[in-house]
Amino acid sequence: MVVPSLAPCNDFKDWGAKMAQNKAKMVSLEEGGFAIFLVLLAFACIIVAGKTFDQVMAFHAGIGALFAAVSVFLIFKKYFDDGGEVIPAEIDGKPNYNMGPVKFGTIAAMFWGIAGFTVGLVIALQLAWPALNFDLPWTNFGRLRPLHTSAVIFAFGGNVLLATSMYVVQRTCRARMPGKILPWFVILGYNVFIVIAGTGYLLGATQGKEYAEPEWYADLWLTIVWVMYLLLFLGTLWKRKEPHIYVANWFYLAFIVTIALLHVTNNLTIPVSIYSTKSYIVWAGVQDAMVQWWYGHNAVGFFLTAGFLAIMYYFIPKQADRPVYSYRLSIVHFWALIFIYIWAGPHHLHYTALPQWASTLGATFSIILWMPSWGGMINGLMTLSGAWDKLRTDPVLRMMVVSVAFYGMSTFEGPLMSLRSVNSLSHYTDWTIGHVHSGALGWVGYISFGAIYCLVPWLWNKRNLYSLKLVNWHFWLSTLGIVLYITAMWVSGIMQGLMWRAYDSLGFLEYSFVETVEAMHPFYIIRALGGALFVVGALIMAYNLWMTVRHGEAEEADATPAGSLAPAE
Amino acid sequence: MADTHNKEVDQISGVETTGHEWDGLKELNNPLPKWWLYLFYVTIVWAVIYWVLYPSWPLISSYTSGVLGANQRLEAIQAYDDVVAGRSEFADKIVAASLEEVAADQELLQFALANGQAAFGDNCAPCHGSGGTGAEGYPNLQDDTWLWGGTLDDIHTTLEYGIRAGNDDTRIGDMPAFGRDEILSREEVNQVSNYVASRAGLETEDGVDLAAGETLYVDNCAACHGDNLGGIQEMGAPSLTSANYLYGKSLEAIKAQVNNPRNGVMPAWADRLDPATIKSLTVYVHSFGGGQ
Repeated sequence: MVVPSLAPCNDFKDWGAKMAQNKAKMVSLEEGGFAIFLVLLAFACIIVAGKTFDQVMAFHAGIGALFAAVSVFLIFKKYFDDGGEVIPAEIDGKPNYNMGPVKFGTIAAMFWGIAGFTVGLVIALQLAWPALNFDLPWTNFGRLRPLHTSAVIFAFGGNVLLATSMYVVQRTCRARMPGKILPWFVILGYNVFIVIAGTGYLLGATQGKEYAEPEWYADLWLTIVWVMYLLLFLGTLWKRKEPHIYVANWFYLAFIVTIALLHVTNNLTIPVSIYSTKSYIVWAGVQDAMVQWWYGHNAVGFFLTAGFLAIMYYFIPKQADRPVYSYRLSIVHFWALIFIYIWAGPHHLHYTALPQWASTLGATFSIILWMPSWGGMINGLMTLSGAWDKLRTDPVLRMMVVSVAFYGMSTFEGPLMSLRSVNSLSHYTDWTIGHVHSGALGWVGYISFGAIYCLVPWLWNKRNLYSLKLVNWHFWLSTLGIVLYITAMWVSGIMQGLMWRAYDSLGFLEYSFVETVEAMHPFYIIRALGGALFVVGALIMAYNLWMTVRHGEAEEADATPAGSLAPAE
Repeated sequence: MADTHNKEVDQISGVETTGHEWDGLKELNNPLPKWWLYLFYVTIVWAVIYWVLYPSWPLISSYTSGVLGANQRLEAIQAYDDVVAGRSEFADKIVAASLEEVAADQELLQFALANGQAAFGDNCAPCHGSGGTGAEGYPNLQDDTWLWGGTLDDIHTTLEYGIRAGNDDTRIGDMPAFGRDEILSREEVNQVSNYVASRAGLETEDGVDLAAGETLYVDNCAACHGDNLGGIQEMGAPSLTSANYLYGKSLEAIKAQVNNPRNGVMPAWADRLDPATIKSLTVYVHSFGGGQ
């Protein structure tokens, strides 16, 4: 099986010597606790891998065992190397921030982002030319589509959120994250979840619930990681040296708490056996549908909105070097947003078996949600007042401001589409896809790119990005891509909806389904072209970041870690 | 707030800050934008009005039904009934008339073609193609080759009961698996296939005993496909001299079909479509040009 031999004997001797020199302390509760948990996990995984009849389960249990065993090895290697040394929370009165996991998350976000965008391009091409499914189970649209959505939302978006939240909460609390192992457990554990979920889709293991496809064991693992993430975040807030908690941290906390609640409720499944990947949900029929879309809509609300608003609240004022426009607006729109978003899910189930009262209630809350959503846009854009001229010279700031504009557009379009009469035209059509992507590419994508462009020079202590010209190229290529994408989907979706409902004078449907598919072909090609431009932009970004880290001009030794892109403290 | 003493006035906007600061970030103490606040109120008022008008809030064992009495289930049933009622004038006439009468009456024909086209697109086109041109294994409905007959009545029966569709009235004609079931040896399959190929105007393989193939044909195949290979429509046995072979016209395809034949299924539509629609489809398919 996959258990690596722990180390050659010589290393143990060296460690013994080092321990003697350092007069090692006892293993800390944290190190010991994680080690015991991971050892037990490794054994459990080995047993499952050995006894299962399910090859996918064997593969995933193998990954689990490998991760757990390597982690235990690293915990003890670190312990024997530094003799259980306690890392100081402050050095010379300045907080000793823990930026290692932030760096890892930033790199992982870029990696998964490019993977996820590329798979998106592949499935866009498959829709235009179905031969690209290659008649293989692993590459067909049905498996690649959840791979794309999960890769961009949870792998790319998730790593951006983890990395930025760890960065922002430390700096705005002036406190080091608690724990030696905990931050690494969170960021690495989360990425192991991504690997298990993604390979599961390709091998055919899925719950068949949109945006909640990973099977029960992956869900269970994510629950553990997520609770640890919550503890890490709360622990940092607890240790803060500032009297107040910054607005970005409210949004991060709302995101972490609500995602935990959504994830657990929508994944209450009973496995067929612990040796099987297959499980069944405890909810039945329309109640399952309602829970699923309560989850699905609030994944948009709390993962893709609240979490990324937190990013906006830190990175835009930082990059613009301006105060946040209105403290009061931030309070009111925060509470309004989280209170109202949670009700809006039923608008995904208009004209279905869901009772009409639930569907109209969801639609009305979606309308009330309009202004709370726009509160974030106003606060983001108005923060620029007095600094609008920077948009000419700073493409990173421009990217983030355009992101907020896309956010405003999508959050206006969303309530509109939630109305039953509009939804009867838009639902099940490409319009929905266009709507999602104006939010995903424009809002989530751009605010993430902006944050990463800021973070990389700060984290690697570089004076500047390698090339602002390349940021400009990234900006214009991907903006063109987004515009092509969403306009193609608007036209295609509205056309599709109108064709479906067209009757001739004698009362028969004007078009067959196949004819509507044929009519969408040109728009599928335009959409794929837009997606290709977005991928090219991301590749330019990755090159630019690589060059920044490798060849960027170093910051002077005594400068603040925030670097020159940030205002002086 | 405790730290009011830290408040300062922002130079650019002239607005006071809240006095808080995190990692260099400050906040202005701007009021809520008026237009934002009033639009927020408007959406809330709109929602309350909506709740009064439409079903919206759950109660213990029912829900608030709204003063407009809206009910999406009744509306859906009503909308469906309206469409059916709108079509019923002509549909009833089509059910009452014979197929020939439908084809002869301009008004009925126009309705039947519209009905047939709509039904064909969503039910038949996936196999037979949008224009009825077929594909390998799925007959072309435009040509003159009809496995089970191309008259209005033949087409109607095929539509109603299907082919090998598992009901008592369905059309059945199974080609035996001469090779797989070892009715003929491999050599004999080869001989009879080559004989059929020779009669169908295809190239044959060298050194194959065509005379033996002919004998095998007469003994095993002629009962269904006819002495002159012209096929027997009543049994669904296709002509072997035709230009149109359902599963491909080549020596390889003939061998495959003798060895381990495909016996395709056409669904029975009587249970799925109403009588007027089946009749309309009959007339529509007949109008493709291949109808007899």
